[in-house]
This record gives sequence, structure tokens and C-alpha cells, in this order.
Amino acid sequence: MAKPKKVLVYRHAAVTRATHWINVLALTFLLMSGLNIFGAHPALYWGQKAVFAHPWVLIGAEPKGADMIGFTQIGAAKFNTTGLLGYSGKVGERVPVAFPAWATVPSFRDLADSRHWHFFFAWLFVINGLTYWLAGLIGGHIRKDLLPTRHDVAPRNVWHEIVTHAKLKFPKGEEARHYNVLQKGAYLAVVLILLPLMVLTGLCMSPGFDAFAPGLVDFFGGRQSARTIHFLTAFSLVGFVLLHLFMVVASGTWNNIRSMITGRYAIIPDKTGEPA
Amino acid sequence: MNAPVNRRGWLRAGLASAGALALGACDKITNSKQGVAFLQSAEGLTRRAQRLLVDRKALAREFTHADISSDFRPNGSIDPNDPDYVALKTKGFADYRLVIDGLVERPLSLSLADLRAQPSRTQITRHDCVEGWSSIAKWTGARLGPLLDKAGLKPSARYIVFHCGDTLEQTLDGTGQYYESIDLVDAYHPQTILAYAMNDQVLPVAHGAPLRLRVERQLGYKQAKYIMRIEAVADYAHLGRGNGGFWEDRGYEWYAGI
Repeated sequence: MAKPKKVLVYRHAAVTRATHWINVLALTFLLMSGLNIFGAHPALYWGQKAVFAHPWVLIGAEPKGADMIGFTQIGAAKFNTTGLLGYSGKVGERVPVAFPAWATVPSFRDLADSRHWHFFFAWLFVINGLTYWLAGLIGGHIRKDLLPTRHDVAPRNVWHEIVTHAKLKFPKGEEARHYNVLQKGAYLAVVLILLPLMVLTGLCMSPGFDAFAPGLVDFFGGRQSARTIHFLTAFSLVGFVLLHLFMVVASGTWNNIRSMITGRYAIIPDKTGEPA
Repeated sequence: MNAPVNRRGWLRAGLASAGALALGACDKITNSKQGVAFLQSAEGLTRRAQRLLVDRKALAREFTHADISSDFRPNGSIDPNDPDYVALKTKGFADYRLVIDGLVERPLSLSLADLRAQPSRTQITRHDCVEGWSSIAKWTGARLGPLLDKAGLKPSARYIVFHCGDTLEQTLDGTGQYYESIDLVDAYHPQTILAYAMNDQVLPVAHGAPLRLRVERQLGYKQAKYIMRIEAVADYAHLGRGNGGFWEDRGYEWYAGI
């Protein structure tokens, strides 16, 4: 039997592709400089103020015998995280630092400069995000491609998608022309909830901005809560990216990457010989 | 047979060295003057955006007695050992005089009793450290605006500089002396005070006795402690290393509203 012929369809508009890659760049630097900033006070609290004796998350280093260990405390639980969190570096040259050198920008502990990196890319991230939103609203990308249809949200369809995703079986033919309901849900959650949440909780840590919008700080439960949510949301995004990369590889690495560079995505029509 | 293992090994080594190269490049940018200047271009944008957005007189959030921190963390100098300061402290600041000079019509020299007789303000505010933590305290002090009016700012005055009694870093050229500067928008803000009391007690040494600045809406390092002299200037380039403050000279933003 002849191999089914592939058809290239136009999948991603130029604005989507450009903002996607600028976002990759900006979020990478924001995450890595953010982890460096966190190192200046590696503890998290809830509320307006810090209660230094009771952080709900604490990363640190402490002596154990003749050596040091790194630890991570979450609530009442304490873990030895030597080599990764609290105390890391080459064996023999380890230093007490919250996140390891390979995960931060700059690689050495430097609050002043990591703030410069962070705020520079924060502006790029915000301008890029607004461009995406504006183009998505005007061009209809958000409505046409991302908002789930009535058929999408039918429990039967949602269940079907969950089962096929779990089996790593992906839509083919006509179905592959559109995002499925799980993709739509994940992308909408990132675009409408997680990314805006990063910006808003970030702004709430600014004492100047707080004089402008004290209500927003209260909405998040105080400045220290906003800092905590900023951190949790960042790690939700890391989780999303890991899952996203896994799905990219599982559903066809080069096809997906090409579609996000040139816009063209290859699909295999339903059955050869049958009218589409 | 072990080709896949090798390929994986190569891939891993390749990724690792690409990552190391990228990180090394970031460190190079961080250590170069032009690189940092480029990144810092965002600071002007931030300051302008905040000045545009936030009303000049918009107040920082004020809290209630119940919100006051019992563990307010003193930062920077907590017990200066500069001889002049130690001499003042030994006598309970009885000989202390706050000098207000520079670009003013009538230079002032004020005792603590004089300062306590000035128009004052009490506020319970949140102190946000650049490191990320926050503590809440009640501050009472003389409002800076009326004091500057009393001294009479000359039209050429654009910044208010606070010269402090503590040396935070030992340097050969004396640039380790703490100082800070703010613009006139913040100097005349109703919550900008020279605090002599904290939580209804005399301001403790660890928190800047006898006098510290409270310039709410900016980060902790702007809240200069141990203030000895206030100087009105047209420009701060000739002070310290030229960036308007001790921490500013060490890479931190002059506008610390973020």
C-alpha cells in the first residue's frame, strides 16, 4: 500500500509564531533571574508581612557534622536537598545558595544585577503579551482557535480526548486541523490566567505600584502572599512547559517545531481516495 | 550497538556545553558596563510609567496597630562605630543637630527638641526590603516638606540628599559612608517624614536613631538611617560614586519604587 500523502496546512499566524518565541526568550530570562532574586531571601510567607520565624517555604544551608547540607522546608516537612537547593556547586566547591548556578542569571548570587535582568525582560514580556492579546482579539485567534466550542466541552468529547491523550494517540486528518479541547484549555489557562497572574503579582511587590492599586494587593492577600503566588505561578508555568515539550515530542517534534517557525503543519488526510 | 547511548551522551554533552556557554555569556554581559547599562534602560521606563500612573500625592497603604510586626528586621548598619556617631550616642543624642543646607535660602541647625516641635505625622506602614521581605511598624516624625519650606529651597534645587552617620563599608576613598537622595516629588509627599519614634518608643539605634527617613512607596534601602545632614542639590553626580546613594553606587536602582 502506498504511503498516505502528507498535506501541509497553514497552522500558526506570523504574530502567534513571533510572540511565541519572544515569550520563550523572555520567560527563560525571567525565570532564571527570578531564581537569583529569590536567593536574596529564600523564604515565603502569606499575608502582608513576613513572620521570620514561620516561613511556609524555606531554603537554606546548615552544618551537619564536619560538612554543610542544603535543606528545603515546606510547612513542617524538611528535606535534604544538598547539591540542588540550599547548598550546591561542584563537590568540594559548594556554596550556600538557594538555586544552583546553572539555573540562575547571572550564575553567581547578585541581587542588583538579577533585578536588572528581571525588569528588562519583564517589559519585553508585557509588551509581547499585549501584542499577542491585541492581535488575538482583533484577528479572532482567541475566539476562533482557542475558545472551546459546544462540541468541545461535551463530557463525552472531553473524556475521549483524555483517553486518547493518555494513550498518546493524536488526532489525524481533519481533526488535526484544530486544537482539541485539552490543548484549548491548557493554552487558555496559560494566556488568560497564569501569564497575567505573573504580571499582576509581580506588580504587587512594587511599593510604588501598591500606592496606585492597594486593592489588588489585598485581592492577593497582601504583599507577601503576592510574592508566594508569583513563585507558585512561575513553577506552574515550568510544569506547563515540561508537559508542552513532552507533547511536542510525542506528537511529532519536527512537524510541531516547523509549524511554529514557518507556520506550516503537515497532516495526513483521513483516508486516501475518500473525499475530504 | 551502543550507538544510541553514545548519541545520547553526545546530545547531553552538547546541551550542557550550550547551556554553559549561554550562562557564561550572561555573566559576561552582567560584568560589562555596557551590558548592564543596556539592561538598566528599563529602569527609566519603570520610573516614568509609575510616575505617569501613580498620583504624586497617592498615599502608601496604612495599617492598624494589630498589623505591627513584632520581629521588624533591622538591616544595613545596626550599631555604627563611627567615632562621631558613638560620641553622640553616648550622650543620648543631647548634642545632636540636624543640619539642613545646600541650595537653601536659610540653612537650619535643629536639635531633637526642635524637630519634635515641627509639624509631624504618624503612620503605620509596610517596609519592603529589596531582598523580598516586608515588616510593618508605626512611625512618628517631622514632615520633610514643611522643613524644606522653612529653609527655603532655591529654584535650582532638584534633589534632597541625606548624609548619614554610619559607614556601611570600609573603603579607602570614603565612599562607604551611607547616603541617599530623593527627588522633590517624594520630598514633598505627605508621608515623607524624618522619624524620631518607632512604635510609640524613641527610635532605637538598630533602626536609625536619632533620625531616619521614611519615604513610603519606595524600597527599604531608600529609608536612610542615622541622618546627620540634609542637603539640597541640583545634581548628585559629585557625591559618593555618583549614583545618588550607597546602594545605588553598588548597582541598585535610584528609583526604588519597584
